[in-house]
Amino acid sequence: MNKKNSNVVRYNRWGYFFLIPFAVVFIIFQLIPLVSTIYNSFFKHFFDGMIEIGPNYVGLDNYVSMFTGGKIWKYFGNTMIMWLMGFIPQILLSLLLASWFANPSLRLKGKAFFQTVIYLPNLIMASAFAMLFFALFSKVGPINGMLQSMGILEAGKPYDFLAHTSSARWLVAFMNFIMWFGNTTILLLAGMLGIDTSLYEAAEVDGATSNQVFFKITLPILRPILIYVMITSLIGGLQMFDVPQILTNGAGGPTETTMTLIMALNKHLFSKNYGMGGALSVFMFFVTGILSMIIFKFNSKTEK
Amino acid sequence: MEKKKEKGLPIKTRRIIAYTVLVLVTIMCLFWFYVLFINATRSNAELNRGFTMIPSKYAAKNFKNIIHGSQPIFSGLLNSFIIASFTALLSTYFSTLTAFAIYAYDFKLKKAIFTFILAIMMIPTQVTALGFVQLVNKMGLENSFIPLIIPSIASPVVFFYLKQSMDSSLPKELLESSRIDGAGEFLIFSKIALPLMKPAIAVQAIFSFIGSWNNYFTPALILKDDGKKTLPILIALLRSADFLKFDMGQVYMFIACSILPVIVVYLILSKNIVSGMTVGAVKG
Amino acid sequence: MKKFKKVLVLSLACAMGLSLVACGDKEETTTEAKKDDTTEAASSESEDGSEEVTEAPVADEGKVFNIYCWNEEFKSRLTDHYPGYEVVDETTGKIGDVEVKWTIVPSTDNAYQNNLDEKLLAQADAADDEKIDMFLVEADYALKYVDTEYTMSVTDLGITDAELADQYQYTKDVMTDSNGVLKGVSWQGCPGVLIYNREIAKDMWGTDDPAEVQTHVADWATFYATGADLAAKGYKLTATVNDSFRVYSNNVSSKWVEDGKLNIDPQFKAWAEAEKASYDAGQTTTGALWGDEWSAGFYPEGKVFAYFGPAWLIDFCMAADDENSIAHAGGWAATVGPQGFFWGGTWICGATGTDNPALVADIMRKLTTDTDIMTDIVKADNDFVNNKPAMEAMAADTSYGDAVLGGQNALGMFCEGVEKIDLSKISAYDQGCNESFQTAMTDYFNGNYASYDDAVAAFKEAIKVKYPAITVE
Repeated sequence: MNKKNSNVVRYNRWGYFFLIPFAVVFIIFQLIPLVSTIYNSFFKHFFDGMIEIGPNYVGLDNYVSMFTGGKIWKYFGNTMIMWLMGFIPQILLSLLLASWFANPSLRLKGKAFFQTVIYLPNLIMASAFAMLFFALFSKVGPINGMLQSMGILEAGKPYDFLAHTSSARWLVAFMNFIMWFGNTTILLLAGMLGIDTSLYEAAEVDGATSNQVFFKITLPILRPILIYVMITSLIGGLQMFDVPQILTNGAGGPTETTMTLIMALNKHLFSKNYGMGGALSVFMFFVTGILSMIIFKFNSKTEK
Repeated sequence: MEKKKEKGLPIKTRRIIAYTVLVLVTIMCLFWFYVLFINATRSNAELNRGFTMIPSKYAAKNFKNIIHGSQPIFSGLLNSFIIASFTALLSTYFSTLTAFAIYAYDFKLKKAIFTFILAIMMIPTQVTALGFVQLVNKMGLENSFIPLIIPSIASPVVFFYLKQSMDSSLPKELLESSRIDGAGEFLIFSKIALPLMKPAIAVQAIFSFIGSWNNYFTPALILKDDGKKTLPILIALLRSADFLKFDMGQVYMFIACSILPVIVVYLILSKNIVSGMTVGAVKG
Repeated sequence: MKKFKKVLVLSLACAMGLSLVACGDKEETTTEAKKDDTTEAASSESEDGSEEVTEAPVADEGKVFNIYCWNEEFKSRLTDHYPGYEVVDETTGKIGDVEVKWTIVPSTDNAYQNNLDEKLLAQADAADDEKIDMFLVEADYALKYVDTEYTMSVTDLGITDAELADQYQYTKDVMTDSNGVLKGVSWQGCPGVLIYNREIAKDMWGTDDPAEVQTHVADWATFYATGADLAAKGYKLTATVNDSFRVYSNNVSSKWVEDGKLNIDPQFKAWAEAEKASYDAGQTTTGALWGDEWSAGFYPEGKVFAYFGPAWLIDFCMAADDENSIAHAGGWAATVGPQGFFWGGTWICGATGTDNPALVADIMRKLTTDTDIMTDIVKADNDFVNNKPAMEAMAADTSYGDAVLGGQNALGMFCEGVEKIDLSKISAYDQGCNESFQTAMTDYFNGNYASYDDAVAAFKEAIKVKYPAITVE
């Protein structure tokens, strides 16, 4: 660093300059609301109908009641379980598809078509998608009809997908999977295509199997993109809202086993509970941060 | 020949497997569109009766109802288009700029700023929603597109992606050599970084466009004038229509109509991605 | 400044002696009402009289009239039935030289109330043209607004009790605050009846005569006993467990919240236990209202015996336009059922601080007390209007019959049921409590909670979050 000449140091100032737009917009539209959210979490402040209660400073009371209720960990667990149920198949399928697309020796035809198609489900609004699922998987819906006519279910005894914890969670996970695997595939593919083809050629000359190529060359080079995919998916997963909200009509049923953190936050917004809403937000902020750090650390460790 | 055997399954079998999986995946992806468009051709009563794979005859009627209906679909389309386009444009352009700042330069706070941006990526929009709305009201920006467009300049997620792809596909030597050629920093950014990052930018442009197009949460908090509302808000309004006007056929037709433009935009941009990817691959 | 102007106009008008002359042009009720009206209204009268005699009495009031609602229903009523309303475009209209501005926010995710709350809280500081003049509410949450100073007393608007005498009592109960002051009015009445499948009645008892069928559903015990008979023959008593909920909840003897404490009326426990038994015995399903299982019974193969519903449900929601439906064949009939109830309805409130009180009053008067206009609404929109003599006259009309009900004139039953509704026990928290209770109980019905008490515990937790102000024990 020190050896660099003054010219270099001078142009490095441009770094600050280029950061200005981001910084200004961030401070105004995100930092101010964020600070007020954190600030609010130390106050008892909500509306009883039209009557404003508070704000009264209550210290950590909101946090205490959030954790003593015990529900927060349940919602966190729900969120993580449903995220993993969708994310694991998603990343596996995406890696598989992307490696096929990127593999010239497979000589797949219609690649462009398939690459285009896999992203399409993401174009449907989550709410519209949930409406479709709701209709398809209802007790009198076509899926139940099919299962009954195939003899998997007894005739006249449809299965209520949304009244059972596991099936309700699978539906949510499945929807997230369908909506996002195309996105992940495109990201991974873009990363894979950026890999220097001469590396593959060299590996082939050395007699590496395709599995070896994949694990020894593709995956390590893909690491930055993989980290990106995992972290953004985790953040997206923690923010899971539309799909379970509409599928379960906001109830997170059965027995709140599909209730995610943001759905719980949404409940506090009903009474405009700035205090509890703020506390829950701060909790989410820390949880996301810690989990993202773990992914970062985990990945950089295996790199070395 | 030996090598091929080592690779396990023969290439032909692998291709067959690949095609089978791809066809199944394609069906899984397109099925929903089929259902959606079928539903858009059905009347409310038919929809109540349950599901079918066969189109009905109410497409024209549903479409007419929407055009002459209570919700202004054309202004909705226009509003959604304006907001989504500007969001895509601003978020990708400024995120590239921000990523470039972190990637190409060495300055004291670089690491701290990078970590900080990653940290704020973790703030869900819902978390700051209450504060955001209060702020927007104080600024008198209610019913304006500004609070929906301008914040996209600071998109940590887009930034993070571009920073990661710069790491793998924007050689620093290239920047260095342009500097030696006497190019200004802004010129280096616009003439070298931007074009080289085109595939990544195209990918993120699509993502932000669609994300904004389908966003209900924030616009619903900000836009209250009918003339300003975006498509997802109009759909929510249609769904909460009173019993006299409630018509699922119309709702599905409206959804279908609001998806079509975004499919078109996607198809146009997706060509860019696919070709951009191959270009990127050649350049290594 | 504005106040000063008003005073000036008022005194000018008085000096010119126009005030009373102008009022004299109006119909009698208006004149009478004006006597105890505010000075603002009086001044408007005078100004109006001097310029636009034929237009509504609003000329000197604010130039912008803001109406907040969640769908198009009221807009179309006003457009079609309020004299002098002109459509300008999708979101604006004109009454005289006053611009009517509609702010329509969907009720999804509570967005309508959130927006309304925000605007009402800022009402005092808002510019006159920005102030809410009129907004609409539903019964479930009406008290949230009615029991505050954000809604105007109907009497203060100049509407007398005598003018409202023809309205159904329950429509007034909903809008009466804790001090007994009426804060809003409705043009609709939405009493409900038990709607039964004629074919099933014939199969069961050899007759589909309403009087005969009523004996099988006269009270809850008989109702569920009939359910057992129906189930034996492969029929369902109701489409879903939620159908009967509002019948029970309209007949509670205590409020959800008494003295700031959550209180579960025996009716709710009765509902939960009766429906649990009914569901376990295969007499119903755990589907949601408006869901697929619910609407399955609109067709013969759904085999559903009965629905609880008001006139609008019968006329518009039972798929009468589908030729395979029971409604299309006129296969339904109505009878009073176990208990009276209502379903739906929209109430009009005047917002405190409005700069158009006379126009607010006039709209309320025209739409909710003017028999001619209300009769027009019945004819044009098939609403059951909030006007006893008008509806009783139609009930007595033997030429009137409802095709969905096989030509039966059920208005008499509606009129009978509506008199029985007692809504003195509603609270501002009904919307959230009813929703959460049904959610918790659905899990109980489905066997996801082992007992009623477990479900109640979950319900209480939900209420703590929804309404932090309520004490939950």
